[in-house]
Amino acid sequence: MTALALDLPLPREGLSRRFSDALYARRGLLLTLLLVPPLLWLGVVYVGSLVALLLQSFFSIDEFSGTIVREFTLKTYAELLAPANLDVILRTILIAACVTLASGVLAFPVAYYAARYARGRLKAAFYLAVMMPLWSSYLVKVYAWKLLLAREGAVAWTAERVGATPAVDALLALPVIGGPSLSVSYLGQFLVFIYLWLPFMILPIQAALERVPGSLIEASADLGAAPGQTFRTVILPLAMPGLAAGSIFTFSLTLGDYILPQIIGPSTLLIGQTVYVLQGTAGNIPLAAAFAVVPIVVMALYLTAAKRLGAFDAF
Amino acid sequence: MSVHAPRPQAAAAAHPLASPRDCAVGFSGVARHFGAVRAVDGVDLEVRAGEFFAMLGPSGSGKTTCLRLIAGFEQPDAGEIRIFGEPVAGIPPYRRAVNTVFQDYALFPHLDVIGNVAYGLRIRGVARAERERLAREALALVKLVGFDHRRPAQLSGGQRQRVALARALVNRPKVLLLDEPLGALDLKLREEMQVELKSLQRALGLTFVFVTHDQGEALSMSDRVAVFDHGRIVQVGTPEEVYERPRNRFVAAFVGGSNVLEPDAAARFGGPPRVASLRPEAIAVRPPGEPAGEGRVALDGTCLEVQYQGASRRVIADCAGLRLAALVPAASLRDLRPGEPLRLSWSPASLHPMEDER
Repeated sequence: MTALALDLPLPREGLSRRFSDALYARRGLLLTLLLVPPLLWLGVVYVGSLVALLLQSFFSIDEFSGTIVREFTLKTYAELLAPANLDVILRTILIAACVTLASGVLAFPVAYYAARYARGRLKAAFYLAVMMPLWSSYLVKVYAWKLLLAREGAVAWTAERVGATPAVDALLALPVIGGPSLSVSYLGQFLVFIYLWLPFMILPIQAALERVPGSLIEASADLGAAPGQTFRTVILPLAMPGLAAGSIFTFSLTLGDYILPQIIGPSTLLIGQTVYVLQGTAGNIPLAAAFAVVPIVVMALYLTAAKRLGAFDAF
Repeated sequence: MSVHAPRPQAAAAAHPLASPRDCAVGFSGVARHFGAVRAVDGVDLEVRAGEFFAMLGPSGSGKTTCLRLIAGFEQPDAGEIRIFGEPVAGIPPYRRAVNTVFQDYALFPHLDVIGNVAYGLRIRGVARAERERLAREALALVKLVGFDHRRPAQLSGGQRQRVALARALVNRPKVLLLDEPLGALDLKLREEMQVELKSLQRALGLTFVFVTHDQGEALSMSDRVAVFDHGRIVQVGTPEEVYERPRNRFVAAFVGGSNVLEPDAAARFGGPPRVASLRPEAIAVRPPGEPAGEGRVALDGTCLEVQYQGASRRVIADCAGLRLAALVPAASLRDLRPGEPLRLSWSPASLHPMEDER
């Protein structure tokens, strides 16, 4: 047996093996090599521009000349509280909250099925179905939805064929969320937002549920819990980190989006559009920066609240 | 040389039960198939109230599926299961008065020790103060005190095991099901827990159904053992019965690694011409040529292997093509080496004739 082992040739000494030796001897080196580029990117380019943005929001604009006054002031933030601006902020937060909530409710059963029951080919089909919409262009999808939801679009046409036009009209007649057609109403905007961000909700929930061993669900039943009780006391708490992660995506993506509300929904502005208009045509960089800070603050508050409520306790 | 095989329930029928209420768990003709795999293939058994009943068998022999059938995680494809006389067909696990200690413990990671143990009471709507008091009591019962607010991830394997046990016991189940609960523990802890489980069962007077693949564990803890093979029960009996009078080759080999002698060999060495088992500890090992003693069968051979096992020494010998294992006290045969000649001897009464099912 020893003779056999001795006859085996040694691996050929090459450059890569010698390089591995050097890294093996100095473990820190590999870590440095791996981490420096992304840290440079994140630390300098990303955080740097964020700080620059924050600084801009503490400047103000001279009302007569329209030039930026580079002096520290909270005047721009006070401007956010003007009724018109506050309206934009609250409306955006409300829409984002509704989209997040609805995405969570829609995504959970899909994620649960995929995590607990789908196996093999079915699971592959699930991933494909969830990811496929992400492969096509955002703009194409939004314009496609505009056509689908338009007054003469596929949705209205189908509703007419199945005799559901009165139902659609009743929906559109609702105050605030209704409108002349789905494509120019908050309802339509809400639907398309959900369509766009649903994969970002499904995948984290599915990943969280995937980590829940089946024996926990059996143990819960064994201890007397009916399926509904097991859902509330075991499955939901353990899925919470996934729900929290998914909601971070859907919430922040909706808060910052400026293209979809331009194409679908009423003519009123959301935060993203306001930033776009302010830094472009209006040339009011400080106010645009102050508006851009709003989603950051909202997300920070949201995460703090989620942590307080124990959303991240499970793992 | 085929002997008509008695039905597996023959052993159970030898001890008739006073009334159906004395039968904690009853299986009659139970089968559970997964596709083409017959996980449980026609099992009849009666677990008596208050006994420590072990289901012993190699992996895939159907013992865990039987446990899951009692718990309600599986439904039988055929046959009937009764728990204290009541048929449980179609009754979901959360309506059964049995509790399970899972192999992986299945502790809830988001709850602390108290939260885990009190879970069943919380589901039943017991008030917080009361259920925490009962949970502490149960934890004291399993000797895990002072870890109330730890999460399962912060506990050792042995501690988790105790939490799982307390979590099941706190619900006062009519039958406690244990699915290889000691499998993940190291030897010393496992032996400790064996003693504790047994004394707990005796003190509480509960019915324990204990699934294991470890024959030592099954023999040392249980009142009765059912030996499983390929989805069927091969033999049911007290540990002594199963160990000393194995019903067939499988039981002889699986429970304690007995030597199996073919009918012709058995006839040559003092037994009736039937397949027979010969316990390794019934074989004496001596230097070649030494007299075996009166009435004993002697056989010369060569030593193949000597395994030192602490208290004993296991000698594998080849006697003209017949491979035999002998178990001798470790203090003897210190100088025996593989390749050396030796003489094996045993009393013909040690040969236990079995049923030949091949």
